[in-house]
Amino acid sequence: MSLYFTEEHEWILVEGDIATVGITDHAQEQLGDVVFVEVPDEGKQFDKGDEAAVVESVKAASDVYSPVSGDVIEGNEALADDPSLVNSDPEGEGWFFKLTLSDTSELEDLMSASDYKTYLKTL
Amino acid sequence: MTDTIAPLPLNDWHVAQGARMVPFAGYSMPIQYEGIMAEHLWTRANAGLFDVSHMGQLNLVGDGAAEALEAIVPGAMTTLKPGKIRYTLLLNDKGGILDDLMVTNAAKHLYLVVNGATKHDDIAYMQANLPETVTLVHRTDDALLALQGPKAVTAFARLVPGAAELYFMESGPFEWGGVPLGVSRSGYTGEDGFEISVPAAHVQKLADALLAMDEVKPVGLGARDSLRLEAGLPLYGHDLTPETLPVEADLSFALSKARRETGNFAGAAQVLAQYPDKAMRKRVGLAIEGRQPVREGAEVVDHDGAVIGMVTSGGFSPTLERPIAMAYIPADLAIPGTTISLRQRNKIIASTVTTMPFVPNGYHRRPKSA
Repeated sequence: MSLYFTEEHEWILVEGDIATVGITDHAQEQLGDVVFVEVPDEGKQFDKGDEAAVVESVKAASDVYSPVSGDVIEGNEALADDPSLVNSDPEGEGWFFKLTLSDTSELEDLMSASDYKTYLKTL
Repeated sequence: MTDTIAPLPLNDWHVAQGARMVPFAGYSMPIQYEGIMAEHLWTRANAGLFDVSHMGQLNLVGDGAAEALEAIVPGAMTTLKPGKIRYTLLLNDKGGILDDLMVTNAAKHLYLVVNGATKHDDIAYMQANLPETVTLVHRTDDALLALQGPKAVTAFARLVPGAAELYFMESGPFEWGGVPLGVSRSGYTGEDGFEISVPAAHVQKLADALLAMDEVKPVGLGARDSLRLEAGLPLYGHDLTPETLPVEADLSFALSKARRETGNFAGAAQVLAQYPDKAMRKRVGLAIEGRQPVREGAEVVDHDGAVIGMVTSGGFSPTLERPIAMAYIPADLAIPGTTISLRQRNKIIASTVTTMPFVPNGYHRRPKSA
């Protein structure tokens, strides 16, 4: 099990060839109160960088791009009823979607937790 | 307007309160402190303290000030009694709205509060249209606070007991510990509350005294926007522009009867041609289906997908826990209950025309005299 991060403030938890994707605590803090999340349906195929989800706070809408390529196996339906999970538990219950990785070599381009921490300090 | 970002008198105070600062109307302004949702709900239940010092505070001084102002606004200014406030519109010669503003008869002069983003243009326009006998003074040494919410009167009366005597849209000069305050019972949230003009040198002391009270928390621009949207109040630059006329903007109440009859104000022909119900389009409130907010810029579309209007403000209503919006739609559809289709990022979203305010207001109105 490994945890990766992107400069777009997503986290990717990889277990075998399954990746769970969400947004980081820093991202939710910047967004403020999340009032709506649209997650992708099972079966959707993403190339790295494709628009994958929409997250809306009281003040603005943001797109979430798929940080890796793969086939969606589940969107987090709990977010439809309670989008505030993204604020209260962004790196746990507030996950966005799970996909089967189609190219594990893409993980090499992602940041580790400590790299991401360092990156946040540069912002 | 300049491109430089200037600090407001309370800048350091906002930062010390944990504000996230953003550029707005040429100033660095607090968008939020603990969070827009919490600040919004706090204001609806308690009292929110807003720094609105970016707004333009102007005095119109001299004989004939009210008559002169009437040439460029459609409201009755000469009959505005001392201590009373009136909402009006600054109009160009085509009747387009250059700004919306509050005018107070401050006995010795008229006191105007105009929008921050438009104040320099407003001043230039007014100066070009005022006679030499009338002087426009930009009160750049005064800050402006707003204390809004059902508990605003309880909190503010501890400092200025006499202010509790004011009713909605009334104003007066008060003093607090030797500091002169211009206090208006008005605001931009739909709640009861006050707008307080205070010398910039004393604003921090006043903000601290208010914040020390249990009823009061600081509230940023983010919640100011969601509060005014729920109250059905238009935002200049978004819901009102120079291309917008008063009647289509649903602001006919700002056209006083006497002024309509004489028709002696800028753009009167164009404005009155729409009065009372001849505008082709109308600003309305929309209740949005589902949970996804529809934002400014979303299109109003007909059954064939043709664009027939535009959303000018939209967001999530913290009070109603659902998305709401303001839009311009064809006047024949502007009937509460009518279903309206919106298109945002190629997605069609259903909505229903709704009367505004979306959330009942809490104004402390003067009882109708018997």
